[in-house]
Amino acid sequence: MSESFRNIWTVTKRELSGLFASPVAYVFLVIFLLLLGFLTFSLGGFFERGQASLSESFFYWHPWVYLLLVPAVGMRLWAEERRQNTLELLLTMPIAPWHAIVGKFLASWLFLVLALVLTFPIVITVGRLGSPDYGSIISGYIGSALLAGSFLAVTELTSAMTRNQIISLIMALVVCFGLILCGFEPVTNLIQDTLGDTFVSLLRSLSTWYHFDAFKRGVVDFRDLLYFGSVTGFCLFTTSVVLRGVRGA
Amino acid sequence: MITVENLVKEFGTKRAVNGVSFTVQKGEVLGFLGPNGAGKSTTMRMLTGYMPPTSGKVSIGGREVTEDPIAAKKLVGYLPESAPSYSDMTVRGFLSFCAELRGLSGSARNDAIQRVAGLCFLENVLHQSVDTLSKGYKHRTCLAQALIHDPEVLVLDEPTDGLDPNQKHEVRQLIKRMGQTKAIIFSTHILEEVEACCSRAIIIDRGVVVANGTPEQLKLRARNAGSVTLRLTGAAAEAVRGKLSGLSLAGEVSLGADGSVVTARILPRDKNVGLELGRAIGDLALTERWKVEELHTEEGRLDDVFRAITTADTKKS
Ligand SMILES: Nc1ncnc2c1ncn2[C@@H]1O[C@H](COP(=O)(O)OP(=O)(O)OP(=O)(O)O)[C@@H](O)[C@H]1O
Ligand SMILES: [Mg+2]
Repeated sequence: MSESFRNIWTVTKRELSGLFASPVAYVFLVIFLLLLGFLTFSLGGFFERGQASLSESFFYWHPWVYLLLVPAVGMRLWAEERRQNTLELLLTMPIAPWHAIVGKFLASWLFLVLALVLTFPIVITVGRLGSPDYGSIISGYIGSALLAGSFLAVTELTSAMTRNQIISLIMALVVCFGLILCGFEPVTNLIQDTLGDTFVSLLRSLSTWYHFDAFKRGVVDFRDLLYFGSVTGFCLFTTSVVLRGVRGA
Repeated sequence: MITVENLVKEFGTKRAVNGVSFTVQKGEVLGFLGPNGAGKSTTMRMLTGYMPPTSGKVSIGGREVTEDPIAAKKLVGYLPESAPSYSDMTVRGFLSFCAELRGLSGSARNDAIQRVAGLCFLENVLHQSVDTLSKGYKHRTCLAQALIHDPEVLVLDEPTDGLDPNQKHEVRQLIKRMGQTKAIIFSTHILEEVEACCSRAIIIDRGVVVANGTPEQLKLRARNAGSVTLRLTGAAAEAVRGKLSGLSLAGEVSLGADGSVVTARILPRDKNVGLELGRAIGDLALTERWKVEELHTEEGRLDDVFRAITTADTKKS
């Protein structure tokens, strides 16, 4: 077990150092923070609302910001290994493929969590302006980190499917967009009449939007945790299946 | 150390490797030859656990690659065909990453990096980013990675590809030296390399082993191998023919005469007589008091053998 952990951590360290060695990481952080700030304060109407709450002004935007940025972070994970043929090197090292899959996931996810943590000034701001419900803020952050993780796992999977980063980006974007839309109220309201309640609620239960909603409101439900856990787990497992195919099975 | 039994790999309906079997012992350097697309790289990918075989068995140091891949991979150092490395890292960072995946850390890791940097002449580029290296240096970086844990088994896919003549020489010397204590299999298209450092060679063609033996044994398979050329003066052509045909080892004898110089070409009765025929002819010349100007046994050339057993491919397709 400790050997697995060490292998995973070795891969994670490499991915992180690769990430921070290029300016892309910093550009990403700046865009992430500016975009979230802009959306929260202008479109989210943070001040106009006059509430000491982040759920509708701040967390509301997270799925959309992740939709744009997480595929960009994860697209190179396997596509680049395949393009440079380093996949052959990595997978002939004495490690199990899942060590590499989890190691890569962990590195990008830690990076996304770092970006998320850097939004802390907004918490300080609401704290100054009123007396917010810190419980729901914490649960919102937890949900947001899980949401980022599930999008990242989707991207890791699409990245294993191609040698081309851009194709993996587009595939991830489409899938993540679908995962948001199938629980997004304007959409579900629209199709409710034609497709019926049962279908729509089934669809909604597959949606990251729907499961993130509870976290925003301060509810940490086991089923929502299970949802994000299984989306992530499923995608990472499928990544290993795809990689087995790439190796010529 | 390496045992391969009946290895088969199919891509769709195509059999890239078709029932390959061989073994490599410790202290042996096996050269792996074959035309483009013969299945050398595919075989090596199965040896190193990258590709799962369609059927057949590979075991490294007694551990089956498909059953216990991690234990088997620990024993192997592998240089893939394209010599890949991570272009966003420095040479040192890359070697350090590979060392850590091999379970080396702290000073053991640093010592290992120093050692392979010395072996592969990378000391001056350790802090350079991999993507700014020249092709040969990239190749050496990946070779260094294969040696970092001082493995018992080395699988090298075209280890001298893209190197300058000096480096080719160094790498051959390195392979030869390491071959004394390790089991090494390497593929190459350079036949001198086989003679320079292999203790045994295998030729594969369209996925099938068509020859397996020491370089000397393989060379004997050349059409003219073992034939002896004799040039002399001081005897009549017909007398020479009579004496030569009388030798028990000799087969067909052809003669040419140019003035007083007689040139004879003697084919051996069968391929396995080796140098015996030459010696017998030498003895004969002494007793007959021929004035010998030249006496020489054709060794056979590896590339003749290679072409003879593998050309069928290009002709057919
Ligand atoms: N992943 C793959 N999918 C389909 N066919 C493949 C794959 N890899 C190799 N092949 C085919 O298998 C055959 C053997 O290829 P391989 O790379 O082993 O040849 P090689 O002996 O290494 O040749 P070279 O001397 O050119 O390196 C080729 O016909 C190749 O097209
Ligand atoms: Mg090859």
